[in-house]
Amino acid sequence: MANIGIIISLVIIFGGLLALLIRSVKSKEVDRRVIFLFIFVAVAAPILFPVTFSEKASPVVKAIFNKVESLPAGSKVLLSFDFDPAMAPEVQPMANAISRHCLYKGHKVIFMSLWATGQALLTQSLQDFILPGFPEKRNAVDWVNIGYKAGNEGVLNVIITDFRKMFPTDVNTVPLDSIKIFDDIKSCKDLDLVVSIGGGKPGPKEWILFVGDPGNVPIGVGTAAVVAPQLYPYYPAQVVGILGGVKGAAEYEYTLKETHSRFADMDTPGLRMMGPQTLAHVVIMSFIIIGNIIYIAGRRREKKRR
Amino acid sequence: MRRSTYIVMAVVLVLFLVSWLLKSLSLDGTSENYVLQGFLITFSAFLTLAVLSFLYKDNPFYKFAEHLFVGVSAAFWMCLGFWTTIVQNLIPRLSEGLARFFEVPPQPGEYNFFFYIPVILGILLLMRLAPKGGWISRWPLAFIVGTTAGLNFIRYLRSDFIKQISNTFVPLLGAQPHQWQGAGHFFSNIDLSASGQFVAMISNWVIFIGVFTGLIYFYFSKEHKGAFGAGSRVGIWILMLTFGASFGYTVMGRISLLVGRITFLFRDWLELIS
Repeated sequence: MANIGIIISLVIIFGGLLALLIRSVKSKEVDRRVIFLFIFVAVAAPILFPVTFSEKASPVVKAIFNKVESLPAGSKVLLSFDFDPAMAPEVQPMANAISRHCLYKGHKVIFMSLWATGQALLTQSLQDFILPGFPEKRNAVDWVNIGYKAGNEGVLNVIITDFRKMFPTDVNTVPLDSIKIFDDIKSCKDLDLVVSIGGGKPGPKEWILFVGDPGNVPIGVGTAAVVAPQLYPYYPAQVVGILGGVKGAAEYEYTLKETHSRFADMDTPGLRMMGPQTLAHVVIMSFIIIGNIIYIAGRRREKKRR
Repeated sequence: MRRSTYIVMAVVLVLFLVSWLLKSLSLDGTSENYVLQGFLITFSAFLTLAVLSFLYKDNPFYKFAEHLFVGVSAAFWMCLGFWTTIVQNLIPRLSEGLARFFEVPPQPGEYNFFFYIPVILGILLLMRLAPKGGWISRWPLAFIVGTTAGLNFIRYLRSDFIKQISNTFVPLLGAQPHQWQGAGHFFSNIDLSASGQFVAMISNWVIFIGVFTGLIYFYFSKEHKGAFGAGSRVGIWILMLTFGASFGYTVMGRISLLVGRITFLFRDWLELIS
């Protein structure tokens, strides 16, 4: 059913694109809203009739995956959910995948957020997606949620020297001193890995500037696609690896599924999103090609007229 | 407003009510507050469609969604600022009694006279609203700008300047983690995989040429002619490729957000997918 649905959708999309090309070559105008309609169909069709592709992890993604893999069980990993609902469709899949991976490897995971809106998403993620897969993991022993603290870079500037000054308690107002994970953690310098997932300010860049470089703390970043190109110059000297947009999330999910059989049936929103991504990109590229054909045809016509 | 506008608004209202009713019925038994849940999902779907309707043309539904978003955001951030910055960060350091009143854990070891300084600066900042005392707000503003600049200067100098220059010094032969063992060894063991020595070397050459020609392009004290002009043209190509990569990533990001909204409409509202 899904295959038939997607084939029909492809026929409609490419039939429409061909009709548009013919229409444009005949110098008839194409309304901009037609482009929106095509993009809508290209995105909606693979959502209704899911298509997934296999992914191969690129070196930047593989690097962060290998870092999580290579850390010994019991390592302290901090995951910062620095995003809001607007960014969530893009970065939530990678946040969930990395969280699961860290818990599976037996790392002690500290969850936090530098964004006020990130705390609600973090709590929701923990309750709905991450913890149901790990009923054996206990709060304050295997993971802890220290929540959100206002202050942007100021927070990072403090926790690089003392966690307790900025986070005296966890999100449930339990003092950090009574939380086992924090027994041998005074500051960010005592962490084995920090992964910041976000795309705004404060976000991955601030973690590199205020924690990674001054504290010599390994930083991994998962970022919204818009910001990814700005973070590439930091790889590999200043960041361990980069998950750029939903493509990065899909590669991470695929590698996780391939490597660990426990995740074989894991929900993979990143991989699912690559279907609409692929088709939408094909449509956009088709429009660029059609636009260029029309432009060249127009120039030729102009020359002939002269 | 025209008569047709009223008719469209009435139709949308009826559709909204029908959708709310159907959604609530479908949620009956799954949630205690199924009527409220039904309303929230239907209203979210309405706002999504209202914003997307701008793609057709500007209309009252889009304006409503836009104004609602701005108003709710302003109110939300004001409340959040009060509860997270003043209540959670400041009050526990000022007074135990106030901390108890606001039900935030006090920090006994942290009481310090210096924490009254931000309170005073905060009040001074509000003087901008006073008709004659507006100039007073410049003092805390100057403090904010000064401290932010001072704090960021060192961090950016270290990470975005010194370390970035250091990152640009890459080996042109035998890129990490591979050691250069001579041309003979290189050509007899050539590895074209992404993690191989050949690809790593190409990457380093691209970084070297990209940085060098990019700098040439931005050097305006010498006319861009001859070999210098050729370097400058390579530099502009490198810049264009960078902008292209950024644009590609931006398109991917925007499509992801569209996927998120359409998934919400199909899954949560229309229940077409599970």
